[in-house]
Amino acid sequence: MCLGVPAQILKILDEQMARVDVDGNQVDISIQLVPDVKTGDYVLVHAGFAMDIIDAGVADETMKLLKELQSS
Amino acid sequence: MKAERILMAHGSGGLMSQQLIDEIFKAAWSNEYLESMLDGALLDLPAGRIAMSTDSFVITPIFFPGGDIGKLSICGTINDLVACGARPLYLSVAMIIEEGLPLADLRRIAASMAQTAALAGVKLVTGDTKVVEKGSADGIFINTTGIGLIPAGIDYRPQQIREGDHIIVTGTMGDHGLSILAQREGLRFSTPVSSDCAPLYAIGRKLAPYKADIRCMRDPTRGGLATVLNEIAVQSNLGIIVRDKDIPVSPVVRGACDMLGMDPLYMANEGKMVIFTAPEKSAAVLETLHSIAECQAAAIIGELRAQPAGLVLITTELGAERILATLEGEHVPRIC
Amino acid sequence: MNLNNDNKYVSSLLQDIQSESRDIALMEVCGTHTMAIAKSGIRNLMPGNLKLLSGPGCPVCVTAQGDIDAVIDLAERPGITLVTFGDMMRVPGNNSSLQEARSRGADVRVAYSPLDALAIARQNRRLEVVFLGIGFETTAPVVAVTVEQARREGLKNFSVFSLHKAVPPALEVIFADPAIKVDGLICPGHVSIVIGLKPYLSLAVKYHQPCVVTGFETRDILEGIVMLLQQIRKGEAQAQIQYKRVVKPEGNRVAQETIKRVFRPVGARWRGLGFIENSGLEFNREYEDWDARRKFDIPEYEDIPIKGCACGQVLRGRITPPACPLFGQPCTPLNPVGPCMVSHEGACAAYYRYRIT
Repeated sequence: MCLGVPAQILKILDEQMARVDVDGNQVDISIQLVPDVKTGDYVLVHAGFAMDIIDAGVADETMKLLKELQSS
Repeated sequence: MKAERILMAHGSGGLMSQQLIDEIFKAAWSNEYLESMLDGALLDLPAGRIAMSTDSFVITPIFFPGGDIGKLSICGTINDLVACGARPLYLSVAMIIEEGLPLADLRRIAASMAQTAALAGVKLVTGDTKVVEKGSADGIFINTTGIGLIPAGIDYRPQQIREGDHIIVTGTMGDHGLSILAQREGLRFSTPVSSDCAPLYAIGRKLAPYKADIRCMRDPTRGGLATVLNEIAVQSNLGIIVRDKDIPVSPVVRGACDMLGMDPLYMANEGKMVIFTAPEKSAAVLETLHSIAECQAAAIIGELRAQPAGLVLITTELGAERILATLEGEHVPRIC
Repeated sequence: MNLNNDNKYVSSLLQDIQSESRDIALMEVCGTHTMAIAKSGIRNLMPGNLKLLSGPGCPVCVTAQGDIDAVIDLAERPGITLVTFGDMMRVPGNNSSLQEARSRGADVRVAYSPLDALAIARQNRRLEVVFLGIGFETTAPVVAVTVEQARREGLKNFSVFSLHKAVPPALEVIFADPAIKVDGLICPGHVSIVIGLKPYLSLAVKYHQPCVVTGFETRDILEGIVMLLQQIRKGEAQAQIQYKRVVKPEGNRVAQETIKRVFRPVGARWRGLGFIENSGLEFNREYEDWDARRKFDIPEYEDIPIKGCACGQVLRGRITPPACPLFGQPCTPLNPVGPCMVSHEGACAAYYRYRIT
């Protein structure tokens, strides 16, 4: 229902907006829903807004869990 | 010319029309056919089969990264002729210009047409200009009609396609469509992607030695690759199977399409060809294509099967086969 | 920032799913899942005993015909510029669609973000710019922020026609139905960014439904299905998150608060499901000046029932699209009769487009 893509923050433009990179394309998006965002963070973008910060650290957590279950 | 912009008087047929033709079109496209000032072009054609094709161009914006409406109007018709197996020779140009178009823009468009035509070795031999009131058109509309000569032994038609034939695309899909989309109001993103707009005369020339092995060519413009493949599946009454991982799409185009909810396989191309060849010669055809600047990313993407007749299947990354459907309606960005 | 695709691992997930021998029906309630499942070919790789049903997961599909009529009424008034997401253009009301309204002369424009509509209003003070606010909890805060911004800037020529909907009340309606035959719920990844895990906890407990919030890449969806199967095999019903890299259990608090500041819950009509209490969003009093319904005094339009259309059954997961008597003839993506065929992401459109039988 809700299209979203990962994007990397290139530059915080002001309190409300940031420039992000989407696979080499640049878009100015609102960061008003994610006030703690920093340059270099990955965010999930929907309709021109960052919806939340993507935590790369846990990206493979589900995989690790399922692999353990498979081998047990 | 004193005026800076197109006036209604430029379309009156009087002195101002004449000035416009002389100072812009004849100056840019000068050749013996235009100089003869007849009501039409008198052409001496060599014996053989002639291909004729027409196309109208209404693109917004008229200048875009990688081209402009002038270049596009030449490439579009040339590429249609190349797809018919013809060597493009002559083009007619008809323009409908909106009152108020800056003359500088018109000069730029005419120069770009001249340059593209010269590159492809075609002549712009006859033309027409009409001016309409502001609001009745969007800057400028151009129609070009072209004729080309089909060398003996060439017969590119979907009916020639056989089971087992290979499908080649000559480069990345969706570049033109995406670069135009990025220019539209309401879509504020910038992309390094330029339109692939190019005249593909070189494909016709370089592939001439393989004329017996090439069954059919199509240029995947509006509706993109998916639409061309579906047309061919129906016209050849064969099934098409393509492999998603083998279809060249630049990561930038894929990323922008994911963001906008669009699919590169439905986006327009203006400098690409889909070629159907005998399987035993596809590798040689591919190698030849790689020697052409515009075709560096050419790839074999799939083949023809007996079944399912009239349908296109695509093998996904997971190894599943699914239908690649024809475009319904307008391909617009979506959010859901 | 895409997942690295470990082929061996992906095949092992598929093997696990294909080894399942019980009759199981899983429901996805997100149109993007419906599309991803069809496009990646996952649906074609499911064993015959494992059914993937598509619930009411597409905000375009569930917009009532009468509401579309009201939007068209507004769009056709002189001086109005209606800005909308591209998905809405083809959706038929009782008689017409926005693309038809545009052909009759209405100024209807497609945008990617509500901020684009705000920019049009800012640059053209003489236009009355109305943004068609459609979408679930993912889109509602985005529109709410835009309205707050319009208020801060004192932009009086901008307003929003709110057709926003909330997912949990619709899920409640579906699962409260004793005839429902669903064994687990593939929960919407992006809606859950905002609402978090809490709404699913109560579904899991109250209706004994395993729930897994799932992402949209092929590997995400396969993992989500495996996690559901594991719960089903153990007879458990928990709310879990597969899409951990984006979705936090508590959701996005800033987004939740933004929705609350601008909107309050109201009953809303869903195409195919009918009226559902507290499933819509209307403007709070401080934001009434930006409420297009109030500003332009738009009347309510009724929904004329569509004869023979089984979208209500499809959205409830009772039948799959090909079982509808209208499917494929006369109802097709080009001439949609019911809501599920209308949207690119509708269950019927996905089935039709990818010829799933």
